[in-house]
Amino acid sequence: MVFVAAPKKLRVGIFSFTGDEGCVITLLEALNYKFFEWKDKIDIVYARTLRSKNDASNLDLAFVEGAISAPAEEAKLREIRANSKVVVAIGTCAINGLPSAQRNNFPDGLKKEIQPLVQKLGQFERMKAPTEVVKVDEQVPGCPMLETGFVQVVEKYIAQMEVG
Amino acid sequence: MHGSHGDLDLSIENVAKIEGHTNLDIVVRGGQVMDVKLKISENKRFYTQAIRGKPFASMPQLVSRICGTCSIAHLTCCIEAVENALHFDPSPQTTLLRRLALAGLMIRDHALHLYFFSLPDVLGIDSVLELADSNPALVKTAFEVKAAGNALSTLVSGRAIHGTIQMVGGFANVPTREQSAAVLAKLKAVRPAVLDLIKVYAEWPETFLSESNYVALVTQNYDFLEGEIMDSRGVCVPEKHFWNHLNRVIIPYSNATGFQFEGQPYKVGALARMNLNRGKLHRDTRASASDSLKLFPSKNVFHNNLAQAIEVLHCLDSAVEILESTDFRKEPVPRLAPRAGEGIGVIEAPRGILYYLLELDKAGNVVWGNLVIPSAQNQINMERDIGDFLPKLLGQPKEEIAYALEKLIRAYDPCMSCATHFLKVNWL
Repeated sequence: MVFVAAPKKLRVGIFSFTGDEGCVITLLEALNYKFFEWKDKIDIVYARTLRSKNDASNLDLAFVEGAISAPAEEAKLREIRANSKVVVAIGTCAINGLPSAQRNNFPDGLKKEIQPLVQKLGQFERMKAPTEVVKVDEQVPGCPMLETGFVQVVEKYIAQMEVG
Repeated sequence: MHGSHGDLDLSIENVAKIEGHTNLDIVVRGGQVMDVKLKISENKRFYTQAIRGKPFASMPQLVSRICGTCSIAHLTCCIEAVENALHFDPSPQTTLLRRLALAGLMIRDHALHLYFFSLPDVLGIDSVLELADSNPALVKTAFEVKAAGNALSTLVSGRAIHGTIQMVGGFANVPTREQSAAVLAKLKAVRPAVLDLIKVYAEWPETFLSESNYVALVTQNYDFLEGEIMDSRGVCVPEKHFWNHLNRVIIPYSNATGFQFEGQPYKVGALARMNLNRGKLHRDTRASASDSLKLFPSKNVFHNNLAQAIEVLHCLDSAVEILESTDFRKEPVPRLAPRAGEGIGVIEAPRGILYYLLELDKAGNVVWGNLVIPSAQNQINMERDIGDFLPKLLGQPKEEIAYALEKLIRAYDPCMSCATHFLKVNWL
């Protein structure tokens, strides 16, 4: 009997913080034509848009979209960082906070107006980009993220895995 | 189940396979449903405030970011409101292109929901991706139908998410014959798969009958753009008076505002449109889906999926007809003169009526805006349906009850990014 080791797959997680989820939708559009090519190379183990049973442990690649608006989101992001080899900020919200963090730039009058709601909902005084909270290894810019940029990042790590 | 017999405390956290974040808390005592709280937990991004003071021409790209999945609906509705405020009527070609943009959106957005969010509930699996080896043809089809909608959106709007070509006044570019031909081929290629999809949802036995008042923009060509707002009881309201028939309801435990129509909860979306306007579907759709159409009008909440599948076919057929019969010519996008005043836009987004009121000052900057979002409108009705569905489930294991409720919520296809993002059931 010959034993063949199960082929290694990248463990991939997809996480949405405060935003419009346009980057995850873009990611799903890239899968329209990349899914079968990648299916034996990546394993999407965490993606709440695609499955109910999710596993965020021991990730090779964690894609993070959206800005960080509350302590619970910050804690979750730190946990993702601790459990992931590579963290990828996808889209401008994850890179510099905008447009989701637009309230940071509101004039004083508007800031005052939204203050009661910000407090009631337990949101941060000032929203943060994930890149301000944790070390991020890769960035895919765009609003939504550039589909080609996302494909390049995935293929870079697939290639590294196959060499390594 | 814990506690005494007939007691249940259920809390579902962060419901999966919907857009955004939502939690559900349930309390049952002695077999009686005491409390149901649907808590939309999406964090606020304050778009209502962010639009103030911004020039009208920048509005569409800003509000597009309210929702990644239905950005084209926000774009289109906002443009309509601005154009109405500026007393501008778009050209017939612009209206045709907007119909195509919405058709592309509906195909892609409904296909994502039907194949990736709801089909696992039909098949009793967790994720369609599990079928990559056992049923690759189905997975391939799912991606192809979604890709066909994406191709149509890209053709007309520049890209499927935050399209750049659609502007106040018109389109910055138009499809060429060659480009249209390539997209036509993709649309026609997926038609048989869409007929299969309709069959799957017509045969799905899942049923929950809800006495809801359905409200939709009833349009001439089922084109999601222009018409009158009607409800199941025959109430008819012109687009611009819609707000006068709404009550805004603050729901203390939800980050989204709820609404009542004529003082009552109501339901918007594909099922409402199909119940009220199916006679206006494309003739080819009516011919091909005639058996499934006999199931409407329907009170079955799960038929929202079937209505969406029929709409995918209708959008394919309508887009094919428009693309085959139209030679688009590049029209200059007019520079509209600013003027003070209010404008209202009303369209059907994938999940139901979308309403924009924008007030502009004489320089053409937004003074304030009022946005009514489909998933916020459905919130009260959805919560009531959960409460009515629950007694039928009591006695089953807690996990089964949670799963059944999640299926019901998914059938509504809520979007919490829009309503503020999806569902978290909290087991208390």
